[in-house]
Amino acid sequence: MRNISRNAVWIGATLVALILAGAILFGRVYLRDDGGLPSVAQIGGPFSLVDHHGKPVTDRDYLGKPTLVFFGFTNCPNVCPSTLLELTNQLEELGSDADRLNVLFITVDPERDTPQQLALYLSSFDSRITGLSGTPENILAVEKAYHIFARKVPLEDGGYTMDHTATVAVMNSRGQYVDAIHYQAPSKITRAKLNRLLGLGNS
Amino acid sequence: MYNTSRLHRLAMSAAILLNMSVVAVAQQFKANSIVIERPWTRATPAGAKVAGGYMTITNTGSEPDRLIGGVLPQAGRFEVHQMKMNGNVMQMREVQGGLEIKPGQKVELNPGGSHLMFMQLREPLKQGETLKGQLRFEKAGSVDIEYSVEGLGAQGPQQHDH
Repeated sequence: MRNISRNAVWIGATLVALILAGAILFGRVYLRDDGGLPSVAQIGGPFSLVDHHGKPVTDRDYLGKPTLVFFGFTNCPNVCPSTLLELTNQLEELGSDADRLNVLFITVDPERDTPQQLALYLSSFDSRITGLSGTPENILAVEKAYHIFARKVPLEDGGYTMDHTATVAVMNSRGQYVDAIHYQAPSKITRAKLNRLLGLGNS
Repeated sequence: MYNTSRLHRLAMSAAILLNMSVVAVAQQFKANSIVIERPWTRATPAGAKVAGGYMTITNTGSEPDRLIGGVLPQAGRFEVHQMKMNGNVMQMREVQGGLEIKPGQKVELNPGGSHLMFMQLREPLKQGETLKGQLRFEKAGSVDIEYSVEGLGAQGPQQHDH
């Protein structure tokens, strides 16, 4: 009888501890104060790539301004052009405020997406979007740093397409991950996120 | 004044209706029991080698049929693909053995699902163009169709007003 009640106390205490731990975790992840846009996950990190002008760049070149990072490839019929168009529209609406942002389009297909191909492709979008390519090893490393899934899918003709994460990572000016813009997120929501990132009021 | 604007509005509505019906007829293509409506594609960014083809295909017959291929003169290859979002990951697969259209079924080809994939594009597709192409069905055979080229981010065909 005494043992049973002792067990009950232990079970009860464990439950309370678990609930408390869960509540704290929930609070940290979901109820964070966004005023200072603190980093919420270990996403991002050092990289060493080549921009669409052929210039070698690293993550340090993009510190000092918030940065949007989108991974894709130019042989992508839907998700990539749609997302780049949405970003183009957002940048145009923001006007000169968008100069305070970096927007990076990092290829998951460095074999076909040379800096020249990225330059040609991006000429159809806002000129403030920078394309990044690199060696397969460096692309793999940046995908890993940003938690991007990307995989070649062979096609019947010997060619291939790519499966890849379609989310835009939002990084603060210190290069820390603060938010995500999901594929086909309503423009209004994206605009609110960008306004917050740039310290603008919601217009 | 009131009467004039009302008359004007009526005339406008009639004109719009007339236009829409003309467009609907012009954008419908048939081969035996297969009916294809409003084929469209999107303008492509500079240097892009791929584009998607979208439409609705209805099988009005009593036998199943399959879309097994086709031709777009601007593209080196033509395939039927299936796009799907798996969480945040975009996945693209070739539809093996063609796309089945069951009797009485209306199949929608759209950017977020099954669609035609034009590959090895020889030239960019420009908004406002009309492209001639062909679809090949297992039973209904070949059908000549025309695609309207919509804007880069279009989610559907426009109602063209002329």
